[in-house]
Amino acid sequence: MAVETIEQDQLEPPKVKLINDPRARALFFQVLVLGSVLILGGIIVNNTMANLASQGIASGFGFLNTTAGFAIGYSPFVGYSEENTYGWALYVGMLNTLLVAFIGVIFATIIGFVMGVARLSKNWLIAKMALIYIEMMRNIPVLLQIFFWYFGVLRALPGPRQSLEFGANVFANNRGLFIPSPVPEDGFNVVVIALIIAIFACVMLAKWSKKRMELTGQPFPVFLTSLGILIALPALAAVVMGGPMSWDNPALKGFNFRGGAEIPPELVSLAFALALYTGGFIAEIVRAGISAVDKGQTEAAYALGIKPGVTLRMVVIPQALRVIIPPLTSQYLNLTKNSSLAAAIAYPDIVLVFAGTVLMQTGQAVEIIAITMGFYLIVSLLISTFMNWYNNKMSLVEL
Amino acid sequence: MAEQRQYEVGLHPDLPPPASTTGAIGWVRANLISSPVNTLFTVFAIYLVYTMIPPMLDWLIFDAAWVGDDNSVCKNETGGPIAAACWPFIKVWITPFMFGRYPESELWRIKITYGLFGIALLALLIPQIPFKKWFALFLLLPFPIICFYMYVGGSFGLMYVETNLWGGLFLTLVIAITGIVASLPIGIILALGRRSNMPVVKAICVAFIELWRGVPLISILFMSSVMFPLFMPEGVNFDKLLRALVGVTLFSSAYMAEVVRGGLQAIPKGQYEGAKALGLNFGKMMYFIVMPQALKLVIPGIVNTFIGLFKDTTLVGVIGLLDFLAMIQAGSSNPKWLGYLTTGFAFAALVYWCFCFGMSQYSQHLERKLHTGH
Repeated sequence: MAVETIEQDQLEPPKVKLINDPRARALFFQVLVLGSVLILGGIIVNNTMANLASQGIASGFGFLNTTAGFAIGYSPFVGYSEENTYGWALYVGMLNTLLVAFIGVIFATIIGFVMGVARLSKNWLIAKMALIYIEMMRNIPVLLQIFFWYFGVLRALPGPRQSLEFGANVFANNRGLFIPSPVPEDGFNVVVIALIIAIFACVMLAKWSKKRMELTGQPFPVFLTSLGILIALPALAAVVMGGPMSWDNPALKGFNFRGGAEIPPELVSLAFALALYTGGFIAEIVRAGISAVDKGQTEAAYALGIKPGVTLRMVVIPQALRVIIPPLTSQYLNLTKNSSLAAAIAYPDIVLVFAGTVLMQTGQAVEIIAITMGFYLIVSLLISTFMNWYNNKMSLVEL
Repeated sequence: MAEQRQYEVGLHPDLPPPASTTGAIGWVRANLISSPVNTLFTVFAIYLVYTMIPPMLDWLIFDAAWVGDDNSVCKNETGGPIAAACWPFIKVWITPFMFGRYPESELWRIKITYGLFGIALLALLIPQIPFKKWFALFLLLPFPIICFYMYVGGSFGLMYVETNLWGGLFLTLVIAITGIVASLPIGIILALGRRSNMPVVKAICVAFIELWRGVPLISILFMSSVMFPLFMPEGVNFDKLLRALVGVTLFSSAYMAEVVRGGLQAIPKGQYEGAKALGLNFGKMMYFIVMPQALKLVIPGIVNTFIGLFKDTTLVGVIGLLDFLAMIQAGSSNPKWLGYLTTGFAFAALVYWCFCFGMSQYSQHLERKLHTGH
């Protein structure tokens, strides 16, 4: 039997025409796509340059150092006046966006978790009420909800003289919400230091109790002890220093309230509507997450004699979180992006201040829109990075 | 004492369940007062219902003004607006709310297209009706062209209607449906590009998708309304509505791409390999094997994207288009009808809710129907 020897060159891929070679085709196609994108980009840049030149609009980012000359209604963190620059106005707008997004995310999470658990309640009435809430919030546009709270509720409140009073010097009228603001006095930094020490102690306590739990199985009431430390230590410091803080109470002077902290109705209605709307979506995510945990887990925990509350906290929620966190991240991103609806009710966020007023004054559309979009992209990136980190921390560790 | 009968062991007839575990009493015991905490919750819930529902019903129905053709029925003794809903406001303004400032003599053009759309949609949704493919093709290809000529006019002897007269729910539907129909092919191409092995194509598609997904729609609308005119050669000026439509399409195509990509990922690798083994090229593999399966899987996702887009069309009001919500605001800023904005909002909420809830129920129904398992 003659064994045929295979020549070395027969092992090489058969010769194909260049037009049928997958690699050549891929290369050609990519060059084609890249080329057409570049050409399209070139045409757009060219047209834009010509249009800007003919309209006499400057280009570049020099305008950020120009005096703005317009007022911004609300700037709680940094000072702003008409003499400040466009760049400073941008900074104020960014801070206002971050403020409303932060408040919204916190409240949406609380509302979402409460409503999601309520949706699964054994109590028929509670479950149905949560269902109605979720379906109402999810199916009505958020802009309509913002309008409702702003025009329908907050602007319809009585004027300053007939303000609603909630006690403890909290007032609401059509100019906004007025609350007392704390004024630190001498020795207040001791209280702050005490608070920092208390937080540090709580972290150490949590670590120690986890270690003890793993070693001996003995639980330790970490939450209540931490709460005690957090309240007692600063309170003790405050008493020792003789109450180094006073309250600046809002009071009716002339046509409006003076003193205290003023929260404009735009911020209240925007944060409120965003939290309620996103809360509806988060509730649905939480419900799905908890339902995704196998019923056997709960039954096994009960069979081991673990109490229902502890079962929910130690067995169900940690497993549900793995399902909940990824869609929760996209809801946080949605809320942050929806905060741009501020422009519709004149809350001075980045879109209203920068992409609105500054754009109108300077006409430098390209730079301004690019900065605005870049800001949102960076915020989105930061939120998803943080949530991915949290997700990795919570995800199942399989040995 | 009633007569006690003795039974042999195992021969006792089945007794009915105790009265406390069946019927209405059993239901209440199991669902409302099963434990002290549960009873507390029930009391709390009843209190909530009691404080919220009667005032709401009073505002919406019992104290509301129902009949009349002018604002006089909606005034209290002092001449101010009543503290309840004013439904005549909706009745008087219903045509602007539905069609904007579209000329009244030309409204039949819109209504005919609504009728055509309704018939085709019904034919698609009712399982018994045959020729589904043709109805779907009609909706996707000739129907938008018919709509374009009907709405814009200027040919076939129809009066030309400027787009700044378009408005109301009509404009909302035009933007939402155009956005979703136009974004479907772009989304498919982007999804294929994102899954491609070619690094340049993949990078361009990922950048495009993530850029539009990472920024709010409002900034895209701002961009399309102020930047697109700069991109065009000098002298070319295009319509405000068209600019908004381009912005909305860019936005929704990025979301659509992700939905389609989800469907593509759900197709087992064997399907691709089988198609390649049969010698199909990329186009044929996608058209005959992969896409029919993937698109069927993502129909619920597409409906959900559409619901999102339908709600997001309210944002076009910010760049000055008079969509349904903006038209309601415009109506209630009319000097004769000041103070009835909340009634308008209640009406808008009802309309949006019905549309969105209906579509989400349909999408869930589809999901259950398509989830047949293997």
